[in-house]
Amino acid sequence: MSTPSFDYLDRLEAEAIHILREVAGQFERPALLFSGGKDSIVLTRLAEKAFRPGRFPFPLVHVDTGHNFPEVLAYRDQLAESLGEKLIVRKVEDTIKRQRLREPGGKFPSRNPLQTYTLLEVIEEFEFDACIGGARRDEEKARAKERIFSVRDEFGQWDPKRQRPELWNIYNGRIQKGENVRVFPISNWTELDVWRYIQRENIALPDIYFGHERTCVVLPTGQLLGLSEHLRLDEDDEIVTRQVRFRTVGDSTCTAAVESDAATVEDIIQDLLLAKVSERGATRLDDNISEAGMEDRKRNGYF
Amino acid sequence: MFWLSIQFLSSKLSFLTSYKVDLLRFITCGSVDDGKSTLIGRLLYDSESVSLDVLAALEKRQASNGTVDLALLTDGLRAEREQGITIDVAYKYFTTPRRKFIITDAPGHVQYTRNMVTGASNADLAIVLVDARQGVIEQTRRHTLIAALLGIRHFVLAVNKMDLVGYDEAVFARIATDYAELTNHFNLPTATAIPLSALNGDNVVKKSAHLPWYTGPSLLEHLESVPGASETAAPARFQVQYVIRPQTAELPDYRGYAGQIQSGQYRRGDRVSVLPSGLESEIEAIEVNQQEVESASAPQAVVLRLRDDVDVSRGDSIVPVAEVPTLTRELEATLCWMSEQPLWPGRKLLVQHHSALVKAAIPAILYKVNVHTFARGAANSAQLNDIVRVRLKTALPLAVDNYLENRATGSFILVDELTGDTVAAGLVEAANSEYFTLPVGPPVTFSI
Repeated sequence: MSTPSFDYLDRLEAEAIHILREVAGQFERPALLFSGGKDSIVLTRLAEKAFRPGRFPFPLVHVDTGHNFPEVLAYRDQLAESLGEKLIVRKVEDTIKRQRLREPGGKFPSRNPLQTYTLLEVIEEFEFDACIGGARRDEEKARAKERIFSVRDEFGQWDPKRQRPELWNIYNGRIQKGENVRVFPISNWTELDVWRYIQRENIALPDIYFGHERTCVVLPTGQLLGLSEHLRLDEDDEIVTRQVRFRTVGDSTCTAAVESDAATVEDIIQDLLLAKVSERGATRLDDNISEAGMEDRKRNGYF
Repeated sequence: MFWLSIQFLSSKLSFLTSYKVDLLRFITCGSVDDGKSTLIGRLLYDSESVSLDVLAALEKRQASNGTVDLALLTDGLRAEREQGITIDVAYKYFTTPRRKFIITDAPGHVQYTRNMVTGASNADLAIVLVDARQGVIEQTRRHTLIAALLGIRHFVLAVNKMDLVGYDEAVFARIATDYAELTNHFNLPTATAIPLSALNGDNVVKKSAHLPWYTGPSLLEHLESVPGASETAAPARFQVQYVIRPQTAELPDYRGYAGQIQSGQYRRGDRVSVLPSGLESEIEAIEVNQQEVESASAPQAVVLRLRDDVDVSRGDSIVPVAEVPTLTRELEATLCWMSEQPLWPGRKLLVQHHSALVKAAIPAILYKVNVHTFARGAANSAQLNDIVRVRLKTALPLAVDNYLENRATGSFILVDELTGDTVAAGLVEAANSEYFTLPVGPPVTFSI
């Protein structure tokens, strides 16, 4: 018998599929949180590998901030259709009206903090007991400490001091009424791993991940933010047109573009290998606000 | 400098085209001030795994003498920054042209055995860190014994802070000898001893001119060359996680058993037993990503289809008839107790043996294990962080192997039925087969 050998992507893939199947086996009403970003797109590919020829044992759920890139929304709808899986969309806009929340002000009004409200609403509406997400531990220091099965209380809060120990590959999803579990199957993947997997699996992505011409406003930090109707511009703002791509796909008001003419996944991997700025740092405005930014938001129920 | 960066670039780019980059998971263990976080920071920093903005955030917080505090790369939570300690298990990643590494950083405090056990449960290798000024201390023994208990077979003794002892060969040699005595005494795998200074970067990634007498590899060179995970030597094991039943017009009768191969290899046509029922069948098909394959091995996630219409559900094991695990409702196990509520004999709990979840009771605590000496002591309860040997009875039979023969099928957790909390890590030590007398390997007693 020859000794088979598996490379690290094979192992990461097997681990993620195992985690997805544990969700299916342990929970009554799971959901896959789908943003249209590359990480959640990879999750749908992994779910196909985990559950075909059957259906996914969960719907795709998108919390739409209303500030999304149109290309991403089009991609989302098309993917859900080609998968033949159920897509549930809930809008932050409606939560703002229903709960009379105040829209964030400022020059770049991010709806990221408000997503949490809509997420908690949709969890309550469908009584989801587990929400699968594409977060990775390499994104940020607080994430590096979060479990793969992360128990949240009914307010969605994460308590880093009360985390369950997670041993071997045994995932404990037992919860009490009101609690739910966030599950992160690609916790152990890095940004580069995700791209290598996209390359290996030949996964199609929204166009905004690849270099394209875009009119942007130059931020004081030097970062580029794509122009959209949601931005409030001042007269002295510097507007430029550049060849850019996005490394993450979040709220368009807080997701900066990086200059790039990468046209293919191979180009992007080359870019990444040479890049010296980490993914969240390059592109997320909201994490820079405080060093403990992510920890605070997670404690408050953010994904 | 230019040449160096070109060389670095080409090595990074060769990663693009190189075929198999494998995976090594390791744990770092040390006491509070051994410089563990600094060592990890140094590995990330010198292997160019830290990006500019992360460095910038570090430099904002740098010490007044201008040096960057590398420990801040791993101390993630605010409470940790305030107290200057690491309070929970953190995971870090870096990749070299040869390997992807997953580092588990487990805290070194006395009260945190549970984190160490958690980290070690997934590790292929343990780096045991000692301060060159202090040598092998009580905590070194504890970390080593816990890592060995959890089945780690590769050890590195990292003798840190060599700069503070003048890079003295004799100091290093003495500590290496002390540690070898420890591993000999407990019959543990031999450790590779490496002198280094995490603070200055000596021998962590690059070999150091400060240690001309040391001819062995740097820490990273060693990590790149030790054998990685291998699950193929053990008998074939597979547990059903989920039953795929499309019930569509095209596939009205399809029943696929989805799960991850835990160890060994499965081939089409293998005769298999379904446990606990004991029903036999034959593997009709093995599917990986909807493609039928002739054979598949651990750790692949697969779908198995059986020739016969036998009753199979989540938690059942499908194993070769020739090499079945022990099927039992009674076993002896080593527990690491992880709850603040003590364990008393008679306690009812849930056993989660991977995808199998059954009710259980612990009729007796046999003894407590001293984590510094492995001596057995009398115990009538188990407190947080205690390691105890117990007798365990389950409501339904479990298909288990002894832990040191099979880390996958020999491991379980105990869950508090009311709170849902994980209260213990369990290692199967001796399983009594009360139903069948089935051929299993010779019983292995834990010799340390």
